[in-house]
Amino acid sequence: MKGRGVLTGVHFMHGDHACAEGAIAAGCRFFAGYPITPSTEIAERIAQRFPEVGGVFIQMEDEIASIVAVIGASAAGVRAMTATSGPGFSLMMESVGLAVMMEIPCVIVDVQRGSPSTGLPTLPGQGDVMQARWGSHGDYEIAAYAPWSPQEMFDLTILAFNVADRFRIPVMVMADEVVGHMVERVVIPPEDQIPRWERKRPRYPAGNGFKPFLVEDEDLVPPIVHAGEGYRVHFTGLTHDERGYPDMSAEAHHRLVTRLVEKVRRNASQMIRYDTYALDDAKIAVISYGCTARSARRAVADARRMGIPAGLLRLISLWPFPVDVVRELARQVDVFIVAEMNLGQMICEVERHVCQPVKGVFHAGGAMIPPDPILQAIREVAFHGTRVGGGKASAG
Amino acid sequence: MRKEIRIAGFGGQGVVLAGYILGKAFAVYEGLEAVMTQSYGPEARGGSSSSNVVVSDEPIDYPFVLEPDVLVLLSQEAYTRFRPTAKPDALVIIEEDLVHPWPEDRPLRIPATRLAEELGRRIVANMVVLGFLTAVSGLVKRESVEKAIETTLAPRLVPLNLKAFATGYEYAGTLTAVSPSAGFLKR
Repeated sequence: MKGRGVLTGVHFMHGDHACAEGAIAAGCRFFAGYPITPSTEIAERIAQRFPEVGGVFIQMEDEIASIVAVIGASAAGVRAMTATSGPGFSLMMESVGLAVMMEIPCVIVDVQRGSPSTGLPTLPGQGDVMQARWGSHGDYEIAAYAPWSPQEMFDLTILAFNVADRFRIPVMVMADEVVGHMVERVVIPPEDQIPRWERKRPRYPAGNGFKPFLVEDEDLVPPIVHAGEGYRVHFTGLTHDERGYPDMSAEAHHRLVTRLVEKVRRNASQMIRYDTYALDDAKIAVISYGCTARSARRAVADARRMGIPAGLLRLISLWPFPVDVVRELARQVDVFIVAEMNLGQMICEVERHVCQPVKGVFHAGGAMIPPDPILQAIREVAFHGTRVGGGKASAG
Repeated sequence: MRKEIRIAGFGGQGVVLAGYILGKAFAVYEGLEAVMTQSYGPEARGGSSSSNVVVSDEPIDYPFVLEPDVLVLLSQEAYTRFRPTAKPDALVIIEEDLVHPWPEDRPLRIPATRLAEELGRRIVANMVVLGFLTAVSGLVKRESVEKAIETTLAPRLVPLNLKAFATGYEYAGTLTAVSPSAGFLKR
C-alpha cells in the first residue's frame, strides 16, 4: 500500500484523473460524491485508487448529502473532498455556508459545464465563477482556483487542500469540461516535494474552560480540534461564541461574521495566485482564466507578432481576486479586455477596480472560446483607440 | 511546428486508445508538447468516436484539432464527416475494407481489421493502424510508440499489441509507393 499515494513520474494524464491524483497526493482520504458529467472521472479514479491508500469513498444519494459527509469527515480530522458540476454545485451551496460558519476545511471541485440548469452536460462553461464566491447565503469569503491544464488540476487540488486546512475554509477548484477532459503531460513530483500546510492544532488540554473557537493569533484562525480527541466541542451553523455555543446577539453575530470574512481578507496574499505573459510593457491587458486563458495567451502572442503591445494576466485564484495586481496594472495599461466563457462575470470584478474601459469577450458556453475573437478584440482596441464600451461587448 | 492528428471511427475500434498512446509517445517519450481530446456519441459501441492529438515543439494553447495534418478514418461515417476537414496536403489513411473513398480521393489504405484478425484478435486493429501511421507519417519514432504501448497496457496484453503495431509498421513497407494523398479535395 505504501508508496502508491504519490505516483511520482511523468504521465500523459486526463485532467479529471490528475485532480484525483492531486487529492490523493495531498493526503485526501475521504471522498463523498454523486456522479455527474463532466466530473465523474474524478470520482471513478478516486474509487479505483482509494483502496490502495486506505481511503474511504462513498457514493452518496445526492450532492447535499455528499458535501455534508465531507464536512463530517473533515471535522473528524481527515482531508476530505467532493467533486461535481453545476447542478450538483447548486445543491451544495447551503452547506458551503455551514462549512464557513463551523470553519471546517473542505475541497469542492466543480468541473463546469454549459449552464444554467441541466444545460450542456458534456460541454464546457465558466458560468459558476460568481456562484463560487456568492452562492451560499450571507456574508463570507472563500478561496477558488481555476486550473488551465491537467498539470494544474493536480497542482491546484493540492493547493486547495493546503489553503482549506491552513485557514479553515471551504476551497473550490473551478475547473471546466475542457481542462477536465483534456489529456496532457502531468509531472508528479516525489512525495517529499508535495507541499503540505498543516491545520493548526489546539494548544490547551481538554477540560473545563477549553474554548474551541478562541482566536489568539493575528491570522484570525482558531486551532481546530477533531471529533474523538477528547475535547468537548460543539459545532453549529448558528451564530456562536468562542465556546461554540449559540449566541443570538447582534454583537456576537457581527463579531463572528466579521472575523470569518476578515480571516480570508487578511491572509489573501497567501491564497492569491496568478500568472503573466508579455505583460511588462503592455498597454492592453487581457485578463482570463481556466481553458479560456489558453486561447487568450495565443491571441496575445499573435498580437505581439503584429506589433500590438498586449499582455495577459491569468487569474489562477479567482477568489480571493488579486485586487492589488489589477490596480497596479491599471497604472500601466490603457485598456482591459476580459475573456471568459460566460456572459460577463469576472469582468464585474475588474470593472470595479479600474477606471479604464473594460471590453468583454464572452460566450455562453458549449465550446471553448478560440483565439480569434480575443485577437479581434485586441485589434479593435489597438486600432480604434480605447473608446470602447465598458464590458458591453456581445457574445461571440 | 504544430501538427494536428485525428483518428476517427466507431466506438469499439479503439480510436481513443490509439490517440492516447500516440499522444503519450509525443509528450512522455519525445519531450514534445501534446494534447489529446476525444469526442464520442452516447453509445457504448457502434457510435461515432474520434480522438484528436495536437503535437508541437512549444506549449499548446488551443487544444482542439481544426484542420488535421493527419487524418485516420476507420468507418464510412467518419470518412464522410471528417474527410473534408483535412488540410489540402494532409496525410489521409483509411481502413480499406470499411471505407469506400470518393472516386477522386487517393488516401493511403490499410486492411487493418483483416491484418488484426490474422494475428488472432480483431481488437488490435487500432495498433495495426498506429504502426502504419508511425511508419508513413515520420512524426514519431517507432520506439517511442512502443514504449507508450508497454507502459499503458496491462503486461499480459503488451506482446500481442506490440506485434500488431509491428504488423502495421511493416505493412507500410510493402506499399509500392507511399504518396500522401494529394490535396485536390476542395473545401
